[in-house]
Amino acid sequence: MNRFLAFVKKEFYHIFRDRRTLVILFGMPVVQILLFGYAITNEIKDARIAILDKSKDHLSVRLIEKIRSSGYFLIEDYLNQEVEIEKLFKEGTIKLVLVIDESFAQNLEKQHATNIQLLADATDPNTANTLINYATAIIRNFQAEINSGTLPLTIIPEVRMRYNPNLRSVFLFVPGLITIILMLVSAMMTSISIAREKEVGTMEVLLASPMQPGQVILAKVVPYLMLSFINAVVILIMGKFIFGVPINGSLPLLLLESILFILMALSLGILISTVTQSQQAALLISLMGLMLPTILLSGFIFPIENMPPALQVISNFIPAKWFIIIAKSIMLKGVGITYFWQETLVLVGFTILFVALSIKKFKIRLA
Amino acid sequence: MEEPIIYAKDLTKKFGDFTAVDAISFEINRGEIFGFLGANGAGKTTAMKMLIGLWKPTSGKASVAGFDVYREAEKIKKNIGYMSQRFSLYEDLTVVENIQFYAGIYGLTNQQIKSKTTGLIEKLGLLEVRDSRIQSLPLGWKQKLAFSVAILHDPKIVFLDEPTGGVDPITRRQFWDLIYEAAHNGITVFVTTHYMDEAEYCDRVSIMVNGRIEALDNPSTLKKQFNVDTMHEVFVKMARPQEA
Amino acid sequence: MKNPALSINRLLKSYGKLRALKEISLEVNRGELFGLIGPDGAGKTSLIRILATLLLPDGGSAEVLGHDVIREYKVIRNKMGYMPGRFSLYQDLTILENLELFASIYETTVEKNYHLIKDIYAQIEPFKDRKAGQLSGGMKQKLALSCAMIHEPEILFLDEPTTGVDPVSRNEFWEMLKKLREKGITIIVSTPYMDEANLCDRVALIQDGAIMSVDTPEAVVETFPTFLYAIKSSDKYLLLQDLRDYPNVNSVFAFGEYLHYTDKRKELPEDELRQYLEEHKHRELEIKRIEPGIEDCFMAFMEKEN
Repeated sequence: MNRFLAFVKKEFYHIFRDRRTLVILFGMPVVQILLFGYAITNEIKDARIAILDKSKDHLSVRLIEKIRSSGYFLIEDYLNQEVEIEKLFKEGTIKLVLVIDESFAQNLEKQHATNIQLLADATDPNTANTLINYATAIIRNFQAEINSGTLPLTIIPEVRMRYNPNLRSVFLFVPGLITIILMLVSAMMTSISIAREKEVGTMEVLLASPMQPGQVILAKVVPYLMLSFINAVVILIMGKFIFGVPINGSLPLLLLESILFILMALSLGILISTVTQSQQAALLISLMGLMLPTILLSGFIFPIENMPPALQVISNFIPAKWFIIIAKSIMLKGVGITYFWQETLVLVGFTILFVALSIKKFKIRLA
Repeated sequence: MEEPIIYAKDLTKKFGDFTAVDAISFEINRGEIFGFLGANGAGKTTAMKMLIGLWKPTSGKASVAGFDVYREAEKIKKNIGYMSQRFSLYEDLTVVENIQFYAGIYGLTNQQIKSKTTGLIEKLGLLEVRDSRIQSLPLGWKQKLAFSVAILHDPKIVFLDEPTGGVDPITRRQFWDLIYEAAHNGITVFVTTHYMDEAEYCDRVSIMVNGRIEALDNPSTLKKQFNVDTMHEVFVKMARPQEA
Repeated sequence: MKNPALSINRLLKSYGKLRALKEISLEVNRGELFGLIGPDGAGKTSLIRILATLLLPDGGSAEVLGHDVIREYKVIRNKMGYMPGRFSLYQDLTILENLELFASIYETTVEKNYHLIKDIYAQIEPFKDRKAGQLSGGMKQKLALSCAMIHEPEILFLDEPTTGVDPVSRNEFWEMLKKLREKGITIIVSTPYMDEANLCDRVALIQDGAIMSVDTPEAVVETFPTFLYAIKSSDKYLLLQDLRDYPNVNSVFAFGEYLHYTDKRKELPEDELRQYLEEHKHRELEIKRIEPGIEDCFMAFMEKEN
């Protein structure tokens, strides 16, 4: 045990004495989340919108007032005709147009349902998505407010994305980012750190000692598990308090699933290190073999359902895909383990597979 | 009197606060075999790299083959040969390809390249392996070839950085035969080594300790001066004067 | 009962076409300071790594302290200390941190075994908070030896510990090895420096994967087949040429300020040679018979093998 602790201590020395490692470990997640976050969300406050109110009745006025007072939107312009919309979008100052159909109040009162159109400039799809979500939330809120009568009233927001009609939820970026960063920190850093021991020759001395391969590996895993976990928490906190990304489901469950994913990534990193001899090779494999598929095929950027069938099959072998589904389910849908126990099992399976392969591949000798 | 072929006066190189080479001065004459000795980290390699134009000195003066190390580094490179321990040849090229490559670098004409290649292969007895890759040759042959390639363009000076480290005793001596021959043909040889018996083969040696040249003379004078029998003992006394 | 520290039987190792070890057999006694002497590429590192259980041989067998290097590698790893050819400690850890780490790996403490490393470690202890990467070659070596010794090994494998280290540190290192041998530890050390052979109890001269000779340094020297002469004149290069052209020359090699010469006849008629050289205008001529050294023997063995 003493042996093991001494080894863990040594790993922490390595990490804290190497400025590059520290920057990658803690700087990168923060920079990434700020980059992703601001690229998406910097126009959320006081976004300029226009309103085409064809109804101009007591309910439509109340709705507009509610939208104005929400603090998210600046109503730049009140329109009179549909044709003006196109012109505004082309000018580029207006990001969202709210179209309230004729006889808004009348339809609600008589037919208990009415339509609202939300038109967004989707040249910047993430911003558009965010604005739509905010606007929809305000409309839902409004619907609940006026829903005091016996019969339920429904406002059906009809969303039209201009220029880029197929958009996906904005908050996906936080689950995706956690996934990417955990993958990077866990898999890449462990594989590099083991490869470094081989490269500088310290592995030779360790092999010559009675230290068991399992102990060497475990001692490598512990510090990175802890640091990766801290990273995950930092990202969640930043996501929530800077960008308002919700965690609708159980936080402990999310953290547990994160630990599972970190373990999976660590075992993958160890597997990489068993087949590489140099830090450079480990870095290259991590970047080309892990990062690119994780970013491109996990559904983080490109929706899996839009991929060609062959890539959809391949995406099943990308562990990150399953964690993104889990994280999305907990954070955005707020559902529990019963909805994603299968995905969880897939991650467990990957972990066991990688650990088994690593143990089988780990050499007790030099060649 | 002939001008020295290498001249250094108060040559200094600093890396931040660390003075790697501390105001060294020496003159080397044409055709000399000059041994540049010192422990690892004494500053030998740094000094050598300033002379061959790879690093700019921090201060001091130096000229090599009549060219100034600050302003005429490119001209120096044309007039010297350089062989670092083992990495001068391309392992995945054949003997002939290596010779032709280096001859090409130094701007020899096709005619010259052809005659040099045949001459060299004959002289080194490499006819049978002329189309073998370097990696398949024994270490001793590689070193001989590397040296011959370094002087292919008839440089005025050849710089050798620990050319014989780890080589078997016979090959090591065969290598020195080549050095003697080059010197005999008028090429100045500037060589670093940590085999002290090899120091005895040099016409003059300098011993560097902590960035400074602490002794410079021919081996027999140095031995007399320190009242010892071998260069090894001279070196021990130089490096740790307090223990001697 | 005879209980050798090392027992090697027809050991084979190949890397592709290259035969690094060609059926080497060797026995080393307990408590010996044993030298593997040979140039780079002779097979020293392969042999030491097989003995240190870090490489598998392709044939033959080897036992360390009576344990098989393949099957009982775990037992051997507990009982041996190993110092690889290049400095292999953690450069970003301090001297003390490195030492404590290795003590922990062997489940002991620096305090408990301080007496073992005291002579060596005391020399670097004043710098114990300095990072290993910032040490001089000689200090790194002392630290590496301390780390290899901290668990009281019965046998030490040192792969070229003095390569690239200045002559002073080399001398100090051999002094340390002698003290360790007095504690009864078997020491297997490889070196490309022929002159270090004289510091060992016994040596094996290795070249091209084969052992040319195994004996005490004194006995190796006695096997030198003929008389050896040291010759010197004012022009070494011409002297070398002229001696090679001498009809009865057997071998001539540069050796420090002298040339070492052997004749085809066992005993050289010195006057005849002197006359020959004087005819070739050599001045300040000096010819004397000398005792051969290990390096002379090594070259004689090499010539014989070819």
